[in-house]
Amino acid sequence: MEVEAAKMIGAGLAVIALAGVGVGIGNIFAALVTSIARNPAARGEVFGIGILGFALTEAIALFALVVALLLLFAL
Amino acid sequence: MSNSEGMHSPVEQFEIKPLVELSLGGYDVSFTNSSLFMLLAIGVSAIFLISAMRRADMVPGRMQGMAEMMYEFVAEMVRSNVGSEGRPYFPFIFTLFVFLLFGNMLGLIPYSYTFTSQIIVTFAMAAFVFVGVTIIALFKHGLHFFSFFVPAGAPKVLIPFLIVIEVISYFVRPVSLSVRLFANMLAGHTMLKVFAGLAVMISGAGGLAMTGSLLPFVALIGLTGLEVLVAALQAYVFTILTCMYLNDALHLH
Repeated sequence: MEVEAAKMIGAGLAVIALAGVGVGIGNIFAALVTSIARNPAARGEVFGIGILGFALTEAIALFALVVALLLLFAL
Repeated sequence: MSNSEGMHSPVEQFEIKPLVELSLGGYDVSFTNSSLFMLLAIGVSAIFLISAMRRADMVPGRMQGMAEMMYEFVAEMVRSNVGSEGRPYFPFIFTLFVFLLFGNMLGLIPYSYTFTSQIIVTFAMAAFVFVGVTIIALFKHGLHFFSFFVPAGAPKVLIPFLIVIEVISYFVRPVSLSVRLFANMLAGHTMLKVFAGLAVMISGAGGLAMTGSLLPFVALIGLTGLEVLVAALQAYVFTILTCMYLNDALHLH
């Protein structure tokens, strides 16, 4: 296979990680909504933790993006 | 990806341009646009905090209120994540937060430069935090520090594997800490430029087709709002993770 083609396929494969990240972020916000619905008083505290979890999960998506960009432009 | 008709590439904004050429012992230590914006971040934040707190009133005005909110925010973060033992490290953590916040925010101004979109900048900061935290832990706990890698209450059979996993996850910390900030900034700014380029490209079509550029333009406004959120959020995440690592160092498990 040509190297260029392999790189593009690899970059495409790398962003499959987004599926997992989608599930993860969905889970986080589902849990956030549930917990706030059950105990609205805890909103302030729970929201901060939720956003932290979101940022940590989002980072995985960005790792995938970085891998894809590295494959396309840097290697 | 191609630069047709003088269109700017979306990654052109990350280019480091030397402003003053300097060389020290064969190394290139030029004063670049990246260094300029680091100095600007320090300067703007220092001017903001000093001018806000110069006339400290009992009833704070708007400026003083903002400065005090920032202080309280970080102080509360240190207090709840590290506890009272974290107080000596508060100045460092506050500086880190303010530097990152202003760096990210200044980067959102059009034609400016985001120094946090360079992996070497974020990695240097993350490595500093990592090495510092490890040294603090070694000084405080001595050799007992290495018990950090053995989770309490694990079955004996699993311990060798768990130690390997714990050691790897410990050493991955500076990488994940730096790549998180860098990738967020890189991806966000690239996305903004791609949408801006799309709007410009469609408006170049002329006539009625020009109204089509309204859609990417509106999206661009929304995305800029999102980027402001991300800029603040990533400064927060970097700082709170620093707090958590410091907590691990001071209290082990």
